[in-house]
Amino acid sequence: MNHISQVLWQFLIKWLTNFQLYPPEASKIAPQMDALYFFMVLVSLIGLTIVILLVVSFSILYSKKRHPVAVQIEGSTLLEATWTIIPLGLFLIMFVWGALIYFRVYTPPANAMNIYVVGKQWMWKAEHPGGQHEINALHIPVGRPVQLTLISQDVFHSFSIPAFRVKREAIPGRYTTVWFEATTPGTYHLFCTQYCGTNHSAMIGDIVVMTPEDFKRWLAESTSGMSLAQNGERLFASLSCNACHNGRADSRGPSLANVYGSKLTLTSGQTATADEAYLRESILNPSDHVTQGFAPIMPTYQGQISEDGVIALVEYIKNLDSNYRVDQTLNTTGLLPEGEGRAASAGTKPAGQTPAAKGTVKQ
Amino acid sequence: MSSTIVSLPDQSTARIPKTNFITKENGLLSWLLTSDHKRIAILYLISITFFFFIGGAMAGLIRLELLTPQSDLMATDTYNKVFTMHGVIMIFLFLVPSVPATLGNFLIPLMLGAKDLALPKVNLLSWYLYVVGGIMVLYTMVSGGVDTGWTFTTPLSTHYLNTNVISTGLAIFVAGFSSIFTGLNFIVTIHKMRAPGMTWFRMPLFVWAHYAASILMVLGTPVLAIAIVLVLLERTVGIGVFDPTKGGDPLLFQHLFWFYSHPAVYIMILPGMGVISEVISTFSRKRVFGYTAVAFSSVAIAVFGFFVWEHHMFIMGVSNYSMLVFSLLTMLVAVPSAIKIFNWTFTLYKGSITFETPMLYAFGFMGLFTIGGLTGVFLASSGTDIHLTETYFIVAHFHFVMVGGMLMAFLSGIHFWWPKITGRMYPEKISQLAALITFIGFNFTFFPQFILGTLGMPRRYAAYPPEFQILNVFSTAGATILGVGYLLPILYLTWSLKYGEIAGNNPWQATGLEWQIQSPPLTENFIEIPIMDHDAYDYEWLERQNQKEKEVTSVG
Repeated sequence: MNHISQVLWQFLIKWLTNFQLYPPEASKIAPQMDALYFFMVLVSLIGLTIVILLVVSFSILYSKKRHPVAVQIEGSTLLEATWTIIPLGLFLIMFVWGALIYFRVYTPPANAMNIYVVGKQWMWKAEHPGGQHEINALHIPVGRPVQLTLISQDVFHSFSIPAFRVKREAIPGRYTTVWFEATTPGTYHLFCTQYCGTNHSAMIGDIVVMTPEDFKRWLAESTSGMSLAQNGERLFASLSCNACHNGRADSRGPSLANVYGSKLTLTSGQTATADEAYLRESILNPSDHVTQGFAPIMPTYQGQISEDGVIALVEYIKNLDSNYRVDQTLNTTGLLPEGEGRAASAGTKPAGQTPAAKGTVKQ
Repeated sequence: MSSTIVSLPDQSTARIPKTNFITKENGLLSWLLTSDHKRIAILYLISITFFFFIGGAMAGLIRLELLTPQSDLMATDTYNKVFTMHGVIMIFLFLVPSVPATLGNFLIPLMLGAKDLALPKVNLLSWYLYVVGGIMVLYTMVSGGVDTGWTFTTPLSTHYLNTNVISTGLAIFVAGFSSIFTGLNFIVTIHKMRAPGMTWFRMPLFVWAHYAASILMVLGTPVLAIAIVLVLLERTVGIGVFDPTKGGDPLLFQHLFWFYSHPAVYIMILPGMGVISEVISTFSRKRVFGYTAVAFSSVAIAVFGFFVWEHHMFIMGVSNYSMLVFSLLTMLVAVPSAIKIFNWTFTLYKGSITFETPMLYAFGFMGLFTIGGLTGVFLASSGTDIHLTETYFIVAHFHFVMVGGMLMAFLSGIHFWWPKITGRMYPEKISQLAALITFIGFNFTFFPQFILGTLGMPRRYAAYPPEFQILNVFSTAGATILGVGYLLPILYLTWSLKYGEIAGNNPWQATGLEWQIQSPPLTENFIEIPIMDHDAYDYEWLERQNQKEKEVTSVG
């Protein structure tokens, strides 16, 4: 008995000293979302109190003891209108307010620093533009907008940072994005919140928010010496993409220099903007995305390149502004492929086209 | 003046009528081959209670595992199987059929003054389909289980699990048809079998609620069936509808699944709302305030309910603009629920209220459903949904609606119509206590989960960061209390079958046609076709009837 009460006691103390109603507010959006949240809590409490007060007071005033004979009342249009219009008005305020926040969370600013995140059973892999990889962790600086481009290699996952009040699903086959700007250095929870199988509850990690100086130091210490785009360049060469996409006059595939962000006309007559999703799709399903003037001869790379590989390629193409190096590598054997490229390059190579398709899967 | 409405016949002389639907025929076969809607209702009642306790045991295991932050009671795979089974059983084998297949089945013909449902054999077929579905679920469970979650998210369910996805999918497919047939039967019955004088606006609100729910069952469930068949085909022969590597779209599955599974929550809650209308009216001796508003709000919920499914996908990368439409429609569907709550509240106004068990459960429903509904608005508002979705906030929200709402309504209804179904009263004091225990236990179990969710604890986690432990301990402790609250009715209701007081025709002095006939009713329900010459909930009519009877007796 004594033993049990001690446990209970400790428990209570622990509870009272650590009691929290909401997680830390560590991003710019967090206080805005909390404002709406507490507005809704307030409205709910008022609504609930009204209902409880009415039920309790009617129960007392009109109990059978006090009020033996009921008075039959048909209803009241005025009252019906009141409790239709007031809740509707409040709900509409919450709708507009919520939508404003939603648009803010999912519309990254143009100057955001982009980090790719791949979800796979059961880990998160983040790829910084400088080539730094991390597993189940994400280091970011305070005061700088960070955009995440998420994709899953297998099943649905969901990237959730409660302290930032943001969450986005990582979906197989398409990129999704979310952004945030951290405000307070510290370490916060990262959860996978979409059920993804056996170790779903172990697919967690740390979001490490650092001061800009610390972050710079971290970047320098964690680099492998190759940026993400440089990895992409190796893969590009090892898959022999440059055999066709080399910008020469007689090339079988369109030049990829400056293709990112441009408007393309496809053989189907549609136009498409070459964004990340488009680039990814044209690597994996090239025949659906043939640029006008080219033949559909490019083989699919579906199942031959991992999502990490695709990301490296996309990052490379995004940053490609001239075909000078592409042309050079064509004549060099010096660049050795990275592991995954080698296997893939064994069978295929060649040909044609790329960009362009039916507005693809944009989230 | 007494504080109870109960008026029982003199217990020394009263007898249960010799001929009734229970005594009419004997033997197991007479039950298994019956086409009597009342007997089928009882078959359903027994089977859903069985599954409720299996699902409840799963819930108990989940809460036990979550007592500690580590995954120590069971392996994560086992935990995943347990919460999947809990969801599948509770939703498809308990909540969806709960009120409609038991109380609805029993009462709709009685309330309409009909002899039976329009399609009695189809009704029996529904039960058999339900049983087949149930057995398949049990088979799944004993042959290794399934760990997809009740939501069957692709491509997890199609490509990444090697558990019994197929048998579970087929079970839900089959059980779905049971639900479609029940809905169809109700729609036909309500259109075609109303007694003379029973116009649409004289029907009890219980019937209106079932009509709305039936429309959802008939139109929504086939889409679930399609989604499941596609999952099974994708899994077995790889047709590639949802598989992005074959040009499919995994979001398509989400659309199809939620196109049913959101309306499904209205399939579950609407019949419960019907129960609450009857109970509140009876125990305040008053016509339901704003009858038409309540009736139409059921229909409005059914209609709007079909156009809100995408709110389950706000963070899945749907277009921002389609989010706007679905968020707005979701706000609209909250309004009819608010209308109902306020109308029930004002039904109490100037009534003459007594507090028997069904009324206590109904009060519990109103409180918990109000919380469940209001927290739904947190999720309908797209901004806060980002933070709260996929956390324990969602879990708490839908348990407030489904368990706090629907299960309270179910228990309210079971107690309310128990005398009609069995001819005997349940023991009042202990059942009032059970209602109270359930209410307290429920709040203890699920309220902490709102805070857990706000703090960010994800759902479906077998292990969680230690700072969430204390609230989880509260929740588990509450679940224990809740368990007691659910066990009690089983015990005393069974007891009452033999020892309960004889109820007589109309112990509550209620106005529905079902209360004007003997308890338990005859197989053919009414001796002569009743003629409805008054509105629903016309307590003055009832008084005149009673007066007449008295005169006849005294003259006689």
